[in-house]
Amino acid sequence: MAIRVNLITGRTIQQGVSMEAGKEKPAYTTACGIIELDPADFKKLGAFRNTNVRVTSKYGSVVVKAVDATQGPHPGVAYIPMGPWANMVVNPNTYSTGMPTFKGTPVEVEVAKNEPVLGSLELVRKGCRGELA
Amino acid sequence: MTKTVTDVICPFCGTLCDDLEVVVSDDGKELHEVYNACAIGAEKFLHSQAKDRITRPRMRQEDGSWKEISYDEAIEYTARMLTEAKKPLMYGWSSTNCEAQAVGSEIGEAVGAVMDNTATVCHGTSLIAVQDIGIPSCTLGEVKNRADRILFWGCNPAHAHPRHMSRYSIFPRGFFTGKGHTGRKVIVVDPRPTDTASVADVHLQIEQGRDYELLNALRVAFKGEQLPDVVAGIPKEKIYEVAETLKSGRFAIIFFGMGVTQSLGKNHNIDEAIAVTRDLNEYTKAAIMPMRGHYNVTGSGQVWGWLFGFPYAVDLSRGFARYNPGETTSNDLLRRDEVDAVFVLGSDPGAHFPFSSVKKIYDRPSVAIDPHETPTTEVCKVHVPVAFVGVEIGGCAYRMDNVPIETRKVVEPPEGMMTDEEFLKRVLARVKEIQGV
Repeated sequence: MAIRVNLITGRTIQQGVSMEAGKEKPAYTTACGIIELDPADFKKLGAFRNTNVRVTSKYGSVVVKAVDATQGPHPGVAYIPMGPWANMVVNPNTYSTGMPTFKGTPVEVEVAKNEPVLGSLELVRKGCRGELA
Repeated sequence: MTKTVTDVICPFCGTLCDDLEVVVSDDGKELHEVYNACAIGAEKFLHSQAKDRITRPRMRQEDGSWKEISYDEAIEYTARMLTEAKKPLMYGWSSTNCEAQAVGSEIGEAVGAVMDNTATVCHGTSLIAVQDIGIPSCTLGEVKNRADRILFWGCNPAHAHPRHMSRYSIFPRGFFTGKGHTGRKVIVVDPRPTDTASVADVHLQIEQGRDYELLNALRVAFKGEQLPDVVAGIPKEKIYEVAETLKSGRFAIIFFGMGVTQSLGKNHNIDEAIAVTRDLNEYTKAAIMPMRGHYNVTGSGQVWGWLFGFPYAVDLSRGFARYNPGETTSNDLLRRDEVDAVFVLGSDPGAHFPFSSVKKIYDRPSVAIDPHETPTTEVCKVHVPVAFVGVEIGGCAYRMDNVPIETRKVVEPPEGMMTDEEFLKRVLARVKEIQGV
């Protein structure tokens, strides 16, 4: 069962700390390779917390871990901290302003229990080489 | 034994805190402890001491592995790449000092590059809006000492500028704000009940992407005109109440962030936010300020402002400065295949650009200058590690309110490591040699 939500991105303090500690480290994946979902959306999705999910938009697809919203409730809105995972699916169109549309991308979320969340370097490397599923 | 360095400037966010204390070894070679910084700032200082830090330039081999090269080889590759390219992109410039930005700009001019900074994915749309209708702003000192109405729109300083609220905006006791936070009214507009919203008097949980409507509704409410029952998910009574709260203050300040600059509407959202500030000045004193992210993104705008007349997205490929956001901005150039080499310094587009742009960097000759190993260094052909500005080398940086602050060196960089400025000066000299000028 897939659900549709509105995706926004941005900074979290965990993202900032783990970024400064090294984006190649697992802590960065733990901080940013996630999607924060509202409890109501979890119910619709029919998934346990901390399940890997595949997030897909018109622009791309990525596997992240679904966690409870830390700054909620915000039903219908999902949040992936800024970073390479979010940037796989955000709307890159700038509409002649220079600014990609990082906030407000419609996405589909479905359970992907057996797919791994890749580390940041592996994710961009595989993406660039066309090795992503 | 150790010694404590006081009044250290934090090189993380645009708040540029200037009260850090750092404990270093007597010989100044090791950094032990950081006091007064937020979690992110402290981590930045401490990461400079990482044992697994990369200290020499590396070049990507055919088989995908890295090969260590000398700084001389890295300088040669960079100078050749820039001079041979028809239209190179020189991107980043926000996590370095103004001195390095000035040298980089000279290189950009020599090779006919497009110079762009991180504002392009941050407050670039704010800069467009400022050029549209101007900006009534102030310094953070004025906010601390005078502001009694604080509005955070689409920003979450509790996470992104962790000490902003305690140093300037909500909690400090200033000259005319002796009661601290009890004398201030704090309003947060955000589609999520953020940690910043939890310390606010009023939180307007706006429908995502409806900022323009709500800003416009505030202007209507200031004038006491009629509103529809609900605007952007907010009942009209609440909007009238917030408008009244803002009007009744002695000094109102609006801080805004990515919630407005990156949502649809983009620069027009900021136009409207500035218009709200202008209208508010009919009733009281009001100012507006972008929450700048990188500690010296403001500085790169300043440097290019006085060198070229434009704060970002400066195209020098025709021998004079052109500026046309949407055309000369990094993501548009990359996605349209309009640049043929990429040079990155003091930023991580590999992590923070949409993936379609990252792929284009991977497909081109590319150099990343960065103390860290990042997704950008992962997709670039050459990675040049450098000293941390504000930790291992000083230099000028501009705070989010355009106040220049001299950052300080507190610890020695690893032996033999170059700074951004030294590396760029060598590249510039080599570029001139190659061009025979």
